[in-house]
Amino acid sequence: MNFLDLLKTAVANTFRSKLRTTLTVIAIFIGAFTITLTSAIGTGVSNYIDTQVASIGDTGSLTITKAVETSTDSGPAKYDPDESSQSVNRGPASFAYLSQSDVDRIKGVSGIRSVRPAVALSTKWVEYDGAGKYVVDIAANAGELDADLAAGKQLDDGSSAGNQVLLPTNYLKNLGLGSAKAAVGKQLTIAVDDYQGTEHTVTATVVGVQNESLFGGGAGANAALTDAMQAAQETGKPSSIATSYASATATLDSGASASTVKSALSKDGYTGQTIQDQLGQFQTVINGIVGVLNAFAVIALVAAGFGIINTLLMSVQERTREIGLMKAMGMGGGRVYTLFSLEAVFIGFLGSAIGAGVAILLGTGISNLLAGTVLKDLPGLQIMQFAPTSVITIILVVMFIAFLAGTLPARRAARQNPIEALRYE
Amino acid sequence: MTTPVLEARDLARTYGRGATRFDALKGVSLQVHRGESLAIVGKSGSGKSTLMHLLALLDQPSAGQVLLDGTDAATLSGRQVNRTRNSTFGFVFQQFFLTPKTSVLDNVVLPLKIAGVAGAERKRRGMAALDALGLADKAKNDANDLSGGQKQRVVIARALVGEPSVIFADEPTGNLDTNTGEVVEDMLFGLQRERGITLVVVTHDEDLAERCDRRVNVRDGRIVGAQDDQTDAAATHGRHSA
Repeated sequence: MNFLDLLKTAVANTFRSKLRTTLTVIAIFIGAFTITLTSAIGTGVSNYIDTQVASIGDTGSLTITKAVETSTDSGPAKYDPDESSQSVNRGPASFAYLSQSDVDRIKGVSGIRSVRPAVALSTKWVEYDGAGKYVVDIAANAGELDADLAAGKQLDDGSSAGNQVLLPTNYLKNLGLGSAKAAVGKQLTIAVDDYQGTEHTVTATVVGVQNESLFGGGAGANAALTDAMQAAQETGKPSSIATSYASATATLDSGASASTVKSALSKDGYTGQTIQDQLGQFQTVINGIVGVLNAFAVIALVAAGFGIINTLLMSVQERTREIGLMKAMGMGGGRVYTLFSLEAVFIGFLGSAIGAGVAILLGTGISNLLAGTVLKDLPGLQIMQFAPTSVITIILVVMFIAFLAGTLPARRAARQNPIEALRYE
Repeated sequence: MTTPVLEARDLARTYGRGATRFDALKGVSLQVHRGESLAIVGKSGSGKSTLMHLLALLDQPSAGQVLLDGTDAATLSGRQVNRTRNSTFGFVFQQFFLTPKTSVLDNVVLPLKIAGVAGAERKRRGMAALDALGLADKAKNDANDLSGGQKQRVVIARALVGEPSVIFADEPTGNLDTNTGEVVEDMLFGLQRERGITLVVVTHDEDLAERCDRRVNVRDGRIVGAQDDQTDAAATHGRHSA
């Protein structure tokens, strides 16, 4: 019997007892359906994160904070005026600040090209052409990251660039800036308070409008605007207060390994994190959830595997005489084994292909629906994405599980003695 | 004298061991000549079916030899034995063993399918075999929807489709009423003579046994009587095939 005939016969045999096949297929369907959906969620989320990271572009930068050590394994840590988080004279601090000396020390770490401390800009209000004052937080030095632009250009950190601001699409309406294209080039007035409570204003040009994303949630200032606003808000600062920063952004030398720099930093008492590290924590949680869901799906598939064993054992029992006849007519045990294995694999294929197909249809629908409603604030996020390779892998794995499940019944069939089988009543 | 197509030498077959030991055959020697029809007659439990299974290479003897065209079957590989059963032998069983929910034609071409014959060729030969049994118009029917006589004719078509040189028939008319049985017998013997096929019939039906060229009686695992007319028949068929 050639392979094609075996395959055809196996398929035909599968459809001979439709109800039984259907029930077994449903069991596999459930497992394959679930696992396709969960893996699609995994793919969707990690693709989204990847595109977000890609939109940030340059990954050769670290966000550096001071490592806080308030306790050791044996109780409270000893006070050390140089190391303590309270050593910066800026009133009671809730976390460790970086002082200028820290920044200088970080600069000295090999592999780091430049360090820019994160300046906190406390914007009071923003107004465009008398259209009303609005509360808008502006991130300092936003030009370091490439924004996902809807219109205009990226921020320019060059010294001759002038004050530039980048706005997200959802700010335009309230500020009275109109469409993304129309907003580019308009002048904004930005107000900040200094230490004395006096209001200062600076003006800035809107150079670009960015799409909302995980990282581009707010407005951003270029280096010139950052400096201007910082100068304004530090007017009249008491001399006893040292300038300090919550964090600093370090740019790595090209070719420097992020992990080497990170370990050098941690030796000096700083924590360096790349964008990927920060996202990694997020992704770990997502992967954990997807993993648990996958585990349930695998349990469903294993249960379905026993369904296949049961179905085929019944089938072997029912078809004892048919097997006996085929063997009497010279069909070898190997071929009988192959025939029953193929039946198992075909049942697995039916269940997984239908399961994956329905999951794709349903998942795409749900995903589109969610993207338009619940997940509207995260443009570009398709919560479920069906990668052809993973769908094919799922189908193949289920077929393999089915093959394993079919081993026992197929062996039993292959070992039938034709005489005994033909005598069987 | 030509080599017999099948020969049994001192065949013995024992089932079980110790207290449950049962000797189904106790040393049987027999020659089946090309083109003859041989009836193996005996009561149930006499060992006649065991003898047929051994001759048809469905079972291995505990002692003795089966010679196929002068070759000891014990020297054949499993694959060769399978191929012999597939293309040299044809089988007709008391029960029809037709696969339900499958067309008559598909049932008939099963041996060809096992042999790996291509689809178109299979169909042609299957239809020819059905035609010979007057069942060409039933080819597409479900095998289960036929009458008993029709089913047994399908079974004969299935036995013939591989153009075997020996057909083993185990109680071929056991499940049929007298009239239908006679029709089936006529066809079976007609085709046997027409195509020069060797026919080995296992039966307890005296009338069917009478229609065969030669008969051997099996009782308690041994061949009894019948030795006198065996030589006679063998001589006749020796001349036929020469």
